Amino acid sequence: MSWEAVIGLEVHLQLATDSKIFSGAATTFGAEPNTQACAVDLAMPGMLPVLNELAVRYAVMFGLGIGAEIGTRSVFDRKNYFYPDLPKGYQISQFHHPIVGRGRFEITLEDGSTREIGITRAHLEEDAGKSLHEDFHGQSGIDLNRAGTPLLEIVTEPDLRSAEEAVAYLKALHSLVTYLGISDGNMAEGSMRCDINISLRPTGSDQLGTRAEIKNVNSFRFVERAIRHEIERQSDILEDGGKVVQETRLYDAERDETRSMRSKEVANDYRYFPEPDLLPVVLDDAWVEEIRAGLPELPVEKRQRFEQQYSLGAYDAGVLSASRPLADYFETVAGGCGDAKLAANWVQVELLGQLNRNDLGLADSPVSAEALAGLLQRIQDNSISGKIAKQVFEAMWQGEGSADEVIEARGLKQVSDSGELEAMVARVVADSPDQVAQYRAADEGKRKKLVGYFVGQVMKLSRGQANPKMVNDLLAQALDETD
Amino acid sequence: MTVHEDEIARLAELARIRIADDQVPAVTRRIGDILGMVEQLQAVDTDGIEPMTNPLDAVQCLRPDRVTEGNQRDALQAVAPAVENGLYLVPKVIE
Repeated sequence: MSWEAVIGLEVHLQLATDSKIFSGAATTFGAEPNTQACAVDLAMPGMLPVLNELAVRYAVMFGLGIGAEIGTRSVFDRKNYFYPDLPKGYQISQFHHPIVGRGRFEITLEDGSTREIGITRAHLEEDAGKSLHEDFHGQSGIDLNRAGTPLLEIVTEPDLRSAEEAVAYLKALHSLVTYLGISDGNMAEGSMRCDINISLRPTGSDQLGTRAEIKNVNSFRFVERAIRHEIERQSDILEDGGKVVQETRLYDAERDETRSMRSKEVANDYRYFPEPDLLPVVLDDAWVEEIRAGLPELPVEKRQRFEQQYSLGAYDAGVLSASRPLADYFETVAGGCGDAKLAANWVQVELLGQLNRNDLGLADSPVSAEALAGLLQRIQDNSISGKIAKQVFEAMWQGEGSADEVIEARGLKQVSDSGELEAMVARVVADSPDQVAQYRAADEGKRKKLVGYFVGQVMKLSRGQANPKMVNDLLAQALDETD
Repeated sequence: MTVHEDEIARLAELARIRIADDQVPAVTRRIGDILGMVEQLQAVDTDGIEPMTNPLDAVQCLRPDRVTEGNQRDALQAVAPAVENGLYLVPKVIE
């Protein structure tokens, strides 16, 4: 039987605030244990939470970014469970009245097709601390620096159908939240953690199967692998006539498998009730409108603009608009050299290629957008050929200066002097009597191929610096003239 | 509305409250009484009344996103039963 996967994702997005959601302790990543955990985060008696305005603003920005309903009156609830890294014995979250309601989200798949994914809701909550289970003489060590860090939990409808779609969704979400600037999106530091709900059903059925939940997957690659693995595991069970058990599983990246977390029947009864320490959050319409007016251009809008304004294909526009810094870099290069297609090509092939090879981020690029634009100008005014430009780029990458400085220092300026070129052409023609004879005996179609040999010889003679168009013209003259 | 002894035992486990077996019937009866009162209240017609999430007729104040609490680890850990390398130590929670 063929099976269809039904997948929903819950993403815990860490919001880029300086202080915690309910306390004035810092949220800096990587601090010494418990140096950013104050009395509120430790749940000392009598401590009361006070809500961070920026966390609320970021949640609203996200809601507006996906065209969702904004909960103008949202309420915090207590989610009750016991674990040592949750000192209060409950997590402050939102259950019945989340700050962001239904929205829709467009994703683009590898083949260029797009799909709409429904967002069920997004709500604000606090993160828990971290438990370390090794090396403490049979005890666990608790670091509460992360306790109280603001999270936005973003829940999708069960609209995703494959690992590819799930990854495409996460990439689009990552792009959106970093555009908005509401999260640093640093997955390695846990800024985006994902729970995956997944079930299988016979292809064509509209019933939902029993689902398993895979907790806390923290990279695009692991999400893809965890889903693939889980689809296989569940289809094996179903093919053998078995039943999938509703449970929580953990993805083990080292062994590339999911395994059951010891599930107690009672584990998922959180007994939510309204948080009496916080009042309802009421958002002023004018405030929401002010936030809406201040939203930056979003990835989808930018991609469409790139397609129209710069006549780029959907793929190129998608790559170049995936992150805001890259989009800005591209636009600076395009504006500086005046040729968007040339800029798109160079940014994607040469720049991104070099960055990938050297495992660098755009911010670390030794060649600035302005410098790259300067190089492309030299291609456009025929000072250098595209081929030579790659050499110049390499030198710029190594820190040898601007395009003009490299061209000057290495004497790479294209030869466009017709006298000099004529002399080279004449020499090549004189040195190649056999080829010339062959050329002249050939018909029109074949000549076009044979001329390549002569072009190559002239280029060699000029050490690649001859203006190719002029060489072609001069060769045509020289060879055809003496016909 | 009736509440059963096994539900009381389960809720006690969730809330980490120890109720001795011989006390379960009495606790069950008392909670049953409370639920009986809630049942009475539910008979009131509340159509068109917005559910109250907080008895105070006020809305939440927001604070600006500023770090106001510095490192107080030494003071806070001075009252902790066990600490090591800056971590609070607790009985091991996983096997």
